[in-house]
Amino acid sequence: MGIEVRSVSKAFGSFQALRDVDLTVKEGELVALLGPSGSGKTTLLRIVAGLEAADSGTVLLDSEDATSRSVRERRVGFVFQHYALFRHMTVFDNVAFGLQVRPRSQRPSKAEIARRVHELLSLVQLDGMAQRLPSQLSGGQRQRVALARALAVEPRVLLLDEPFGALDARVRRDLRRWLRRLHDELGLTSVFVTHDQEEALELADRVVVMNGGRIEQVGTPEEVYHHPATRFVTEFMGEVNVFRARVERGSVRVGGATFDVSDELGDAGHAAIYVRPHLLEVDREARPGETIPARVARVLAAGPTVRVELVTDTGELVQADLSQERQSTLRLRSGDAVFVRPRDTRVFVEDAAS
Amino acid sequence: MATADWTVHSAAQPPPALVSARSEPLWVRAILIAVALLFLGSFLVLPLIAVFGYALQDGWRVALAAIREPHALAAIRLTLLVAAICVPLNAAFGLAAAWCITRFEFRGKNLLVSLIDLPFAVSPVISGLIFVLLFGLQGLLGPWLREHEIQIIFAVPGIVLATLFVTFPFVARELIPLMEEQGADEETAAVSLGASGWQTFWRVTLPNVRFGLLYGMVLLNARAMGEFGAVSVVSGHIRGRTNTMPLHVEILYNEYQTAAAFAVASLLAGLAVVTLILKRLIEWRAGRRGGVA
Repeated sequence: MGIEVRSVSKAFGSFQALRDVDLTVKEGELVALLGPSGSGKTTLLRIVAGLEAADSGTVLLDSEDATSRSVRERRVGFVFQHYALFRHMTVFDNVAFGLQVRPRSQRPSKAEIARRVHELLSLVQLDGMAQRLPSQLSGGQRQRVALARALAVEPRVLLLDEPFGALDARVRRDLRRWLRRLHDELGLTSVFVTHDQEEALELADRVVVMNGGRIEQVGTPEEVYHHPATRFVTEFMGEVNVFRARVERGSVRVGGATFDVSDELGDAGHAAIYVRPHLLEVDREARPGETIPARVARVLAAGPTVRVELVTDTGELVQADLSQERQSTLRLRSGDAVFVRPRDTRVFVEDAAS
Repeated sequence: MATADWTVHSAAQPPPALVSARSEPLWVRAILIAVALLFLGSFLVLPLIAVFGYALQDGWRVALAAIREPHALAAIRLTLLVAAICVPLNAAFGLAAAWCITRFEFRGKNLLVSLIDLPFAVSPVISGLIFVLLFGLQGLLGPWLREHEIQIIFAVPGIVLATLFVTFPFVARELIPLMEEQGADEETAAVSLGASGWQTFWRVTLPNVRFGLLYGMVLLNARAMGEFGAVSVVSGHIRGRTNTMPLHVEILYNEYQTAAAFAVASLLAGLAVVTLILKRLIEWRAGRRGGVA
């Protein structure tokens, strides 16, 4: 089932959580809402679920206007950030809840409910845990109970709020893969909220990057990582070096280097050049007009790549990731004078304000 | 191999005792414990024993007769009636108040929280006087009540009202922090799974607070049965009609019927002991369920 959000806005008191947001999620897609805290991602998810009412705008589920429908009528599965399991019920009763509260005419028989619950428990690999209380489960197990509980009502859409937020790194990685498989097997339409860009890039078909109540960019993981549309997305998608630059006659000058940029930049003004650490080349030889002089501050060689921290002659702190082979030929040490050359850049013209 | 060695070593070695750092010398501990026990004994245990002792000073027949005397029985009946009305009403009110305070944001919420505490803050005598001023013959509603021949003050309704007022905060005070801590997440989850408001209340909200509610009700009951000040002002002390147990004890005592007074008092003291035991039981049950009391 597809989801369509049309120009939705929401304010909490004086805080504007969402500003005129549009979003379409196609049937069968797994979409990540990615952004820092306060970016409005959770609010958007709750509005889609019907847990929060939008101040303006509409939500369409399956091309039907669901804006005025209550959460009960929307039939969405919602997995809460801290799971919100019913603490006084066993795992079985937690999962069975959605079926047991149905009106008598739609409620399956006791035996049927038991069958469905056990089916779900084995789907989330919790067979034999049916009689435990939530307090007797680990974080990862609770997460899976929450998922089974949400799936029990056979939702058309699965919505997950920071599904892996409270788990440790190892469990998180396993659950991520498992969730992806589950999504594909059950043919669900899923939306999850996260502030972890790695998680969004790894798990989602499409990533929605949000900031300050607005959507900054929507795209596949490749698109948002390699072709970030805005300065915010560039910074949020991973570590990045920023060079302050000047725009002169269609090209950008920083330090002693000049770059020709295809984008329309205007005639003059300030710009920022964004370069990811692995796209910053370091060399001992200067190439006039192409390189920026810098000094090595620190070399961190532990890990698959070598991280070099540098200070440019204009005083900017930048990082470069080199391969171990490259470092073994360069043999960089702190204090060395070097030259850096961006291989691929994103240029953003500074706003008049900043 | 080094790892294995280390494991074996650490498993074989018991952790060093951590007590020493905070432990006081033996004589200090002995004195502290003695002081605590002496205090407890002279201010709590001794009076309790005295109550039962005086009650039985003329033999248990006299004590029993004092309790079975018609006026005493009437006082016991009235006390039970008042408690039977006040406990469910204030439990329902407390639950409703705790619900709306912890689940909704509204103007005047802080004022409401303070108001709930009001009965704890004012002297019970004042609480009683409020009702006399409202419903008494010279009171605000006095003339109207007289016209319609409704008697509140110096009658059972007044006693119930005064007790209701005094025992107002018990359940709400118990539930507000508990429900605050539990948050609304589980209720939201229930609604998202298709539960109606009523189902959410019965299946999620109430079971989650049941021990807190029970605990509040036990305390509420003890106070409702034991209240003296406020009830004394509104009751009028009519024997056999508006005397509750605490009032009856006072009358008997003032009439130098010490044994009878203490016999009835020992019923109240027994109630206190039962309350304490129930309280402990609930705490223990709640702790075992991993819930919070």
